[in-house]
Amino acid sequence: MKSPITSDDSFTRSAGRQLARYAFIAVAVLVALMYSLNFVAGLTSTGAGGAAGAVDVENNEISIYLREEPPQMNSMLATDAVSGMVLGHVMEGLLRYDENDQIVPGMAERWEINGTRATFHIRENARWSNGDPLTAHDFEFAWKTALDPATGSQYAFIFYPILNAEAANTGQMPLDSVGVRALDDHTLEVDLAQPIAYFDKLVAFVTFQPVQEAFFNATNGRYGADADEMLYNGPFMMTSWVHGASLRMVKNPYYWDAERIRLDGINAAYITSDSNTLLNLYKDERIAVVDLTAEMLEGAMQQKWQLDRFMDGSVFFVDFNHREGRVTGNLNLRKAMFLAQDGNELVDRVIKLPGYLPAKSLFPVWLQGVEKTFREEYPAPESPYNVALAREHLERAKQELGLSEIPPLVMLADTSPVATISSQYYQEVFKRNLGLDIIIDAQTFQQRLAKMDSGDFDIVLSGWGPDYNDPLTFADLYASWNLNNRGRYNNPVLDSHVRVAQTSTDTKTRMDAFGEIQRILHEDVAYIGNYERGRVYATHPQVKGVIRRVFGAEYDYTGAYIETAD
Amino acid sequence: MWQYTLKRLIQGVITVWFIATATFLAMHNVPGDPLSGERAMSEAIRANLEARYGLDKPLTEQYFIYLGNFLKGDFGISFAQENRQVNDIIREHFPVSATLGILAVIFAALGGVLWGALTALYRNRLPDTIIMFLVILGISVPSFVFAALGQLTLVNLNAFFGVSFLPVAGWGTVSHMILPALVLGMGTMAYLTRLMRSSMLEIINSDYVRTAKAKGLPPARIFTRHQLRNAILPVITVLGPAIAAITTGGFVVELVFAIPGLGRYFVQAVQQLDYTVIMGTTVFYGAFLVFMVIVVDLLYGWIDPRVRLQ
Amino acid sequence: MTNPVVNQELLTAEDFAPLAHRPDIHGISRPSRSYWQDAWIRLKKNRRAMVSLWLIVGLLAFALIGPLLWQVDPARQDIDQISQAPGADRSATIVPPYEFWGGQALSGFEGGSGLRLGAAANSQAVRLIWDAVPGAGGYRLYRNIFPIDDEMAFGLPIAEFPNAAAGFYEDRLDLRPDTYFYSLVTLDADGRLTDDYQVLEVPVNRVITLDEVRERNLAPEAPELAVGDEVFLALHPLGTDYLGRDMLARLMSGARVSLFIGIVAPFLYVLLGVAYGATAGFLGGKVDQVMMRFADFVVALPFLLFMILFQVVFGIGPGESGILPMLVALVVLAWPATARLVRGQILQIRQEAYVSASRLLGARSGYLVWRHMIPNTMGVILVTLTFAVPSAIFTEAFLSFIGMGVAPPTASWGSMSNEGLARMLTHPHELIFPSLFISITVLAFNLLGDGLRDALDARMRSFE
Repeated sequence: MKSPITSDDSFTRSAGRQLARYAFIAVAVLVALMYSLNFVAGLTSTGAGGAAGAVDVENNEISIYLREEPPQMNSMLATDAVSGMVLGHVMEGLLRYDENDQIVPGMAERWEINGTRATFHIRENARWSNGDPLTAHDFEFAWKTALDPATGSQYAFIFYPILNAEAANTGQMPLDSVGVRALDDHTLEVDLAQPIAYFDKLVAFVTFQPVQEAFFNATNGRYGADADEMLYNGPFMMTSWVHGASLRMVKNPYYWDAERIRLDGINAAYITSDSNTLLNLYKDERIAVVDLTAEMLEGAMQQKWQLDRFMDGSVFFVDFNHREGRVTGNLNLRKAMFLAQDGNELVDRVIKLPGYLPAKSLFPVWLQGVEKTFREEYPAPESPYNVALAREHLERAKQELGLSEIPPLVMLADTSPVATISSQYYQEVFKRNLGLDIIIDAQTFQQRLAKMDSGDFDIVLSGWGPDYNDPLTFADLYASWNLNNRGRYNNPVLDSHVRVAQTSTDTKTRMDAFGEIQRILHEDVAYIGNYERGRVYATHPQVKGVIRRVFGAEYDYTGAYIETAD
Repeated sequence: MWQYTLKRLIQGVITVWFIATATFLAMHNVPGDPLSGERAMSEAIRANLEARYGLDKPLTEQYFIYLGNFLKGDFGISFAQENRQVNDIIREHFPVSATLGILAVIFAALGGVLWGALTALYRNRLPDTIIMFLVILGISVPSFVFAALGQLTLVNLNAFFGVSFLPVAGWGTVSHMILPALVLGMGTMAYLTRLMRSSMLEIINSDYVRTAKAKGLPPARIFTRHQLRNAILPVITVLGPAIAAITTGGFVVELVFAIPGLGRYFVQAVQQLDYTVIMGTTVFYGAFLVFMVIVVDLLYGWIDPRVRLQ
Repeated sequence: MTNPVVNQELLTAEDFAPLAHRPDIHGISRPSRSYWQDAWIRLKKNRRAMVSLWLIVGLLAFALIGPLLWQVDPARQDIDQISQAPGADRSATIVPPYEFWGGQALSGFEGGSGLRLGAAANSQAVRLIWDAVPGAGGYRLYRNIFPIDDEMAFGLPIAEFPNAAAGFYEDRLDLRPDTYFYSLVTLDADGRLTDDYQVLEVPVNRVITLDEVRERNLAPEAPELAVGDEVFLALHPLGTDYLGRDMLARLMSGARVSLFIGIVAPFLYVLLGVAYGATAGFLGGKVDQVMMRFADFVVALPFLLFMILFQVVFGIGPGESGILPMLVALVVLAWPATARLVRGQILQIRQEAYVSASRLLGARSGYLVWRHMIPNTMGVILVTLTFAVPSAIFTEAFLSFIGMGVAPPTASWGSMSNEGLARMLTHPHELIFPSLFISITVLAFNLLGDGLRDALDARMRSFE
């Protein structure tokens, strides 16, 4: 007779074998199931999945990612950077920015701006992606539709230099009164409310892109919602858009300057903003370009990636609430806070990403002045870090305000990683150097904006990205009438300089005005500059000619090409 | 039976109404404004937009419009994606979440049963120790850590061997689903393994198994007919809730693996205060859950007549 | 049929006399033990459960007593030691305060050619100067932590210079005690990179100024410090996070938040569930029907979705930690499971023979509840509570992951893990420590729950 243990053992062994058999069957069934699923999925999906590598030499195509799903591709409504990037590839306005952020002809082969009259001559070979000729009427339609109050375009204000545009947008005048009309198919005439120096730069903006009226009406309100719900006139056209998953662009044969375009396709195969995921995708050679965070730099150096840096043009700052009854209305308090922080420390030690610069002025370093850059001609006032002086100002502020202690200040911030870091950094800096209590109010982006609009804060971590390549895009931010001046800073002297910059067409006069604005904002400590945002990115060694720009598409692949070994 | 089904369905409809109302009330008490954008807009434009979304009407009127549209199966237009219907968003993205969830449940159930049976057979021996250690990991490590580490491991494997075993992220083919589904099913698999193991152990020591052995039945048959079959029962009973939990709990995996599922849209919508998408998604998921529970209950009644009596 | 017993022998009158009182037969040879004592003894035999119990005691001590022993402010930022791994070198040399540098070689660094140092290099600044390269259109300066080899991967692009003249650059970007390789790559007239480059190897040591030493009170025993002396920076046993905050102190304050949410929220909602379920179960009838229907509604709410919704609805005001909204949301959403469980138990117990017997003997409702209902459901409740803790802790961590958790600067293990996730490749300790604490806590409560379930013999469906 066998001992019970061996009998158990033999039972276990044969039961185990049986289990293994089941496991095998289960796995086999599962694999079969997945293959059939794959088959079904392959039939239903448009096949735009990220199966391809970063570089597809055979099809002359590269794969990239989008930070987020574009809300829609309607140029008249687009507000975000991702839509702007895609629109920059599939659409083209009258004028566009070249790789050095200079204005060059786009759909208009030439143009004249004389005083309040601007005339654009649209090229004969301008075509839509369905072969239709592109006409001046397409621009007139798009601009007027964007201005239509019923459209509710957030960027309608960008048309306001045009005669009667503001009145039409607020419903006080009919749309017909707006100073834009197509004289014939190839001539677009624009009447401006007053002469402005930067209208050509404005015209390159996304909201000024054309839309074909017939097609727009045929989409029944879904214009720009899907790849086949829009017409393209840019270097590329969208062939598929799987929402949330991928977006695919191929070269547009009807584009007037098609020779300039060297890639046959761009496959935005991934839509995510998770930096770890993006890094992994790049490592796995699934995407051709990736932005790196400070924590990834060491690994990138180890991998011997080619790194580049780029400043995206935005300036970030701590804004004060200048409304009545806020302690932050006190100049000495603002001065104290300004002197108590070291602008370099946040950038060099905390954010520690090359490309970021301390924001010493509201006007970023890349803005063009008269001859050289604006900041070379009008250097930003020095801002020394001086805790002792800061404390003196704080004492004075307390006396002026009649307070023995400054009450805790509410610092509004959004929930992005850099805002989270910066807010905690400043909280401790002001506590340590001034004994000020800062209460962080971290809200989602939308809620932060709502609270800024209602003035529900003392200080706020805020930022501003330029819309067009002229210092005015920053300079009017603190004008008393500007709704984006959410701290309600109000200074008639500054306002008058803004008016000069808006109305003058003489470069020197305008730059002097900007210089004055820079000085006033500094002396008044209207804000505390944080940083000018930068990016460090790695590019696939075979992909050349990718440009990153402040205006138009942030990533510009129109000049990109694949370098092959031979 | 029909009466019971009908009763359950009516209850389900009332529950969905409750969810819809709760969501509506919750959303309209959120501080903030879905219409605010980075560029400030004038009052006139804001008024126009509010009219477009019906935000200018009194709350009770909005509520009835909302209920009416909802009865028609129309959840409205998204605030963030101005010309997409919420219905479109659900139709396009829910199947993704559901596919992922179902695959995860299959992985979890198969894995749980196999590993659980294995550990019970080889209790207190090496396979048991190893698997139970993994089970402990599966139970105690947060899913987002799992997801991130899983992806990192895959990238390094791909790089080390110079072949792409599986895609790192994205969506489109079945190979894209494997890693996310494994990660998503991990916690449930660990739980089911434990459940299966204890239920197997109970049965292994039961009288009828001993009798079957004494009768001299072939071990494979005892194992299949007497042990495995009976031990699986408790596993099956928890599958219903598990499917629901997994399908709605895919946020983390969808975020990490860049999967266009409804969960990721929901998180995004919450951050953008996209009222219509939030309400539509919640009500849809709520209805889905209610329906699932009813179906599962009815199925149990069909499988096991004892349940029907209760 | 006849009675076999009676048939054998006739009964006598003695057979009906009462027996003499014998106290020994009523004696209980073992001490009498209550249900709880019994359970406790069974639990003590379960080694895993006991280890878990001690772990939980240890975690509570870590959260409550830890801050008394390790008195470091969790909000204090040590900017010199950002994202420092545990056990890293802390020595720093004292140097004079930072002074503006205009690009001239300081004494001791005159002469030389090509890319060279213009002053002593330390963690305060690395000052580089270079001569003009003939034919150059400009330069781009790179920094690497690895030597430059044939692949010409220069590392981080630090700065770009559009003019061909000799130049200088002061690098202050996140300098750590390490060896850096600076490369100056010549650009052609169009601003493109050429193959022409020069490399300079720069060892950097950590320095600190006297003012900083005093301000941070790094050397209280040695007031007579001078430039050139060596001091040690503050000790951080578990390293620091992305703002130079002490990980140990952060973990302790995070433990308070996570354990508070993890333990108090389940305690509250189990309590609510018990009260609700017991009322429904005990009253029965119509009331029970209505109450349970309402519970069904709440159960039907998709948990995570509503958890997120509630977080948004309650909102986190300025300066609030966000703990309270999370607590309220958990309580509001999670109670029905316990309520259903307890109601079921009560209904079952109401049918038990001992309750009927008790009632027959004239027991009042209060006595029934107190003597029978509560003790008999206590086991189930306790086990539910134990298993609820891990799920509450996971929920907190999950909400932190999607950015709906506690508000900065409040730390919780979940929010720390989430922040650590972004830095896991270079500073894994920022992810490992908080995740480890989450895992240990979850595991300990799970194993304790298992032990309790066995010890209390509470049969239940624990999967919700």
